[in-house]
Amino acid sequence: MADVPNDAPEHCPGTSSDQAGKSSACQGCPNQNICASGAAKAPDPAIEEIRQKLTSVKHKILVLSGKGGVGKSTFSAHLSHALASDDSKEIALLDVDICGPSIPKIMGLEGEQVHQSGSGWSPVYVEDNLAVMSIGFLLSSPDDAVIWRGPKKNGMIKQFLRDVDWGEVDYLIVDTPPGTSDEHLSIVQYLSGAGIDGAVIITTPQEVSLQDVRKEIRFCKKVKIPVIGVIENMSGFVCPKCKNTSQIFPPTTGGAQRMCEELNLPLLGRVPLDPRIGRSCDEGRSFLTEVPDSPAAVAYQNIVQICHRRKVSVH
Amino acid sequence: MDSSEKGSLAQVKHVVLVLSGKGGVGKSTITTELALALVHAGKKVGILDVDLCGPSIPRMLSVGKPEVHQCDAGWVPVYADPQQKLAIMSIGFLLEDSDEAVIWRGPKKTALIGQFVSDVAWGELDILLVDTPPGTSDEHLAVLENLRKHRVDGAVLVTTPQAVSTGDVRREITFCKKTAVKILGIVENMSGFVCPHCSECSNVFSKGGGEELAKLTGSVFLGSVPLDPLLTATLEEGRDFLQAFPESSTYTAISQIVNTVLSSLDA
Repeated sequence: MADVPNDAPEHCPGTSSDQAGKSSACQGCPNQNICASGAAKAPDPAIEEIRQKLTSVKHKILVLSGKGGVGKSTFSAHLSHALASDDSKEIALLDVDICGPSIPKIMGLEGEQVHQSGSGWSPVYVEDNLAVMSIGFLLSSPDDAVIWRGPKKNGMIKQFLRDVDWGEVDYLIVDTPPGTSDEHLSIVQYLSGAGIDGAVIITTPQEVSLQDVRKEIRFCKKVKIPVIGVIENMSGFVCPKCKNTSQIFPPTTGGAQRMCEELNLPLLGRVPLDPRIGRSCDEGRSFLTEVPDSPAAVAYQNIVQICHRRKVSVH
Repeated sequence: MDSSEKGSLAQVKHVVLVLSGKGGVGKSTITTELALALVHAGKKVGILDVDLCGPSIPRMLSVGKPEVHQCDAGWVPVYADPQQKLAIMSIGFLLEDSDEAVIWRGPKKTALIGQFVSDVAWGELDILLVDTPPGTSDEHLAVLENLRKHRVDGAVLVTTPQAVSTGDVRREITFCKKTAVKILGIVENMSGFVCPHCSECSNVFSKGGGEELAKLTGSVFLGSVPLDPLLTATLEEGRDFLQAFPESSTYTAISQIVNTVLSSLDA
């Protein structure tokens, strides 16, 4: 049964929820007896379907943070660009931020639409070897809001994994929204058959970020996702005029370095603030090619190399 | 009708949501600064923090890990000050371990938010600010459904200048229109950085997007708040920025925003 059947009431908890058939919203739903009996909670057949579909995908990497606005989408996009610079590799980028899909804009793919074929949904190709999927491609206007509760978001993520014709892929990068909720649980659940190589965690230096990121790291431990490492983004700003460095987001509690030491996790690198990063993202261009000599681009390339090497020896 | 029948918000004069489609733009920062400015202006203020996965308010107001008690009228909010002018409720107060992840699906988040709205004994407040996580999902719908019995005056939308941010905030504006929430205005946060060494202004996160968005959508532009490391540092330490740095341009910017919001509430 679909996670939220078409005939379900508005507050349907989802057929695989603990509350399936039992919540007050279930009163009067035609599926209530099925759900309450537990029949709908049998392992979702989609997990096996997804496992089979993704046998052609060699590596799957999640990009996570507990905190919003730290640079997950920026990193996901540029990790994908960097990996795709090797023509012999096939790269796929999946955006599961259902409410705030940033990937189409950052990849310069705004306005693109998804096509259906016999073998499923075709992702949008930004290069011959770099395919992208996002709910952004299913919306007809930049003002469209996706006002969905958890169960409906979960259904979309299931479709992204099961119904997209990714083909032969070396790396599938999954960009996520902030938090530890439906989207994150669904990605872990639906990839439980296919497997996840690991997660890259993004933070900024200040404690307000780190306190959320520690929760994300706990989430990874709980659901047994290996952590490839942590990246500290927006780590210092060099004034273009006087060249002095300012800590706009100060590491008042030791930044990502101390957190990594405490949690025994690798710090993959620090990326400084560079206004050209934001500008490139807004214009849908890779800053790795726009400003390859910028300290930020150099930092990113180093991090990508480390990720490449680390993916097989994770914590 | 006595106040217990109308619910725990019966003595709350105004309710304002702080929204953004985008994460990390400064919703909690703006909520905190608006609250402090309103308290300094003599108002009784409440903050309801419905970001269940990433609750930032407790640290920003240096309220630590107090216990939440029950009274006859419901849960007692935590007060940030001895005079009890600033009341707060956040999941941050209910977690034993502050690093504990709240790994909940939508229905469970919806249920707790319902309790936060209906079962907290807010008492008399001039204004209740609701700090939200990014997005247009369970938390936002839960807050509006539970506030249906009580008027929501409107929402302040926060963005940073760049297009990746305003792109998400446009969707939040659609959410407000669809749910009949009045948009009190748009705040552009992280709007330029003035180098403390040479005073050169750098547009770290681009420029002008907030004002353009306001024009595009016919919304009020409430003002710009600069990127100010002093603001970030005081929030990290849970100190009152407005008391510490009243001469700063950031203080002026925040005061202007507060005055505009107050006038639109009294109108």
